Order: sequence, then structure tokens, then C-alpha cells
Amino acid sequence: MHEWALAEAVIAAASEIAEKEGLSEVTEVKIRVGELQQIERDILEFAFSQLKPVKFEDTRFSIEVSKAELKCRVCGHTWLFSKERLDEGTAEAIHFVPEIAHTFIKCPKCGSPDFEILAGRGVWLESIKGVKCGDG
Amino acid sequence: MVDPRTSIIDERMRGIGRIIAVSSGKGGVGKSLVAATMALTLAKEGCKVGLFDLDFTSPSTHVILGFEGVQPKEEKGIVPPVVHGIKYMSIIYYSGEHATPLRGADVSNALIELLSITRWERLDFLVIDMPPGIGDATLDLIRLIRNIEFLIVTMSSQLAFETVRKLVSLLKELKIPVIGVIENMKMNGASTIRQQTLKLGVELLGEIPYDQKVEEAIGNTNRLQNTILAQKVKRLTTRILSATAPNI
Repeated sequence: MHEWALAEAVIAAASEIAEKEGLSEVTEVKIRVGELQQIERDILEFAFSQLKPVKFEDTRFSIEVSKAELKCRVCGHTWLFSKERLDEGTAEAIHFVPEIAHTFIKCPKCGSPDFEILAGRGVWLESIKGVKCGDG
Repeated sequence: MVDPRTSIIDERMRGIGRIIAVSSGKGGVGKSLVAATMALTLAKEGCKVGLFDLDFTSPSTHVILGFEGVQPKEEKGIVPPVVHGIKYMSIIYYSGEHATPLRGADVSNALIELLSITRWERLDFLVIDMPPGIGDATLDLIRLIRNIEFLIVTMSSQLAFETVRKLVSLLKELKIPVIGVIENMKMNGASTIRQQTLKLGVELLGEIPYDQKVEEAIGNTNRLQNTILAQKVKRLTTRILSATAPNI
């Protein structure tokens, strides 16, 4: 349940924003999850359902997954990450620390491990919506 | 978009008494040996201690401690396994024997990831084995861990000390506590490093002579604890234990 730790981080960050914006209740939290991290959506949703602090009792957590796009710094080739090409141990290592991709994934064109993760890394808090004290 | 991970790091560090980053200006000065030996000493003294190898591209504390076949537990995050009485965390669990070629931004990302998912729970001390120099790991720890303290290791070399001077000056400027400097692999009785450390307004905590037995003790913690290095580290650890807040 490594997703639990990330869910806690999302709640902590959303709480900070809610506090700063003076929201008494958070109605929606949008999260973008990078495919590289291979987050189990069910576990993440379960963690949110269990963690909800007071302001988040009726919050809808919307989770979108973005494709992981990699670009070779040596030859410029871009390609999409595919979990299916990895063995179970490697996929799991990347799940915990996505940068481990540089250990096991090589550019399919030139074989270099020196690539950039253009998109699809990590968990991001995209937006939050809520109600301010005194709002209708 | 907001990276939520940094918001939970304070919470992850909450149960830790003191967080000591063992750092150096240059590589090869024995920083990892000092960090690992210090963690072993603290564990033997009955402290709850963690060791975090942050030298992602060249981790070595697992070789010093000499163990294999352990992995962190996945339990609402990552729970580091206990090795020789130390809660031990390293990227090696995930990279194995393979090279980990990381650029600066990747080092930073991996560091934030591990800080945000690792559950150290209650510790008296967390010893961090830093990569050498003033790079991403140093800047991130300063940015993300509010009660970080630095312990700096150098050799008896003007070249190594030149970078120590810069590291100390940066830390002082940022008001980050520096516990002191350790002169390692000392080959003669010269007091140059001592004098220069004092000039920086920092304490020279100890002088560790070059000890040939250390190389043979790598991977065997019993042997390691019988080296002169370990005896010296034990002495300076006792000093650190008895000290209150270090001077800024």
C-alpha cells in the first residue's frame, strides 16, 4: 500500500491549499497520476476514502492517468512507456521510485539510459474546488 | 499543478529526534564509512537509529554494513528493514547491482519520493550519507528538512578542505547548524586542518588516523567496530550525544 503514502501527501497538500484559500469544505480534488509510477487506482481511491479529514468528508477525488512519454537525450527519439515490456521486479522498482527507470529502461533506438521523462511521472494535484465560509 | 509530496515530508520526519547529514566537499574522504560507523555506534548505545544512503548514483553503505536479502516492507508507504540494529534505507533495494545514471532533476525527484514515502516512525537519530559536494541532495535537504544538521568529513588535504570551506560558508549563510568537521585518514601530526577549521568558526570534532584495517573490515561490522576508525567515531559520537543544539 505504497499508494497510501501518496494519498496522504495529496490530502496534506490539498489541506494546505484549502487553508490558504479559506475553504471550509473541499468538494472536489483533481489528481493526475503518471503511468510510469503504475499506481493502482483502486488502492489510491480506497486510501482517500479512509483518510478523509473533516474538510474532505464529501470530497470527490477525480483521478486521471497520463501516458508516460520518454525522450532520449542522445538521439532525440521519443517513445511511450510500456509496463508490459518489463519483468515484475523491474516494474515494481519503478513503481516505488520512478527514477529507477534510468537503471532498467534504455532508448529503443540507440540504447542510451540518458532520457528525459517528458510526461507521466508521479502524482500531481491538479486542482481543488470547495466552499468558503458564508458561501450560499 | 502542485507536487503534493513535499507537503508530507514534515509529517514523515516528525518522530525523529536529530537528523544528521554526513557530508563532504569532495568524494573519497570516508564519509560513508563515518556515517555507517556512527549509525552502528548509536545503535550499540541503545539509540533508535536510521541510516539513509542518499548517494543515489554511488551508494556504498550497504557494502560497508555487509548484508543481503533484505527488502523494505510495503505498509502504508515503505518501512525500512532493520540491519545490524539500524533502520536502513537505500536506493539499492530498487536498483540492485545495476548503475543508476541520474541527472540532477532525477536525483531531486528520487530523493523527494523516498522522503515522502519512507516511514521511519520514532527514531532518536537519522544519519544521512550524503553524496559529495553542494548539489541537488544538499539543497533539497536544506529546503525540505527543517531541523537538519551537518557533520562534515574531510581528508588532510588542502584540495579537500578548499571545498569544505565553501560548504561551511554556504551552510552558515543559510543558518544551517554545522556540528563540526572530522579530519579522516590523517597521515601525520600536522595541525593545518585543525587551525583552518577553527578559522571557519567550526569545531574539529576528531582526527582519525589512516587505518589499513578498515579496508579488510568492510562488509563485516564486528571487524569494523574493532578498527581505530570505529573507536574514534565512537568518541565523537559520545560528544555529539552529550551536546545540545549545535552552534550555527
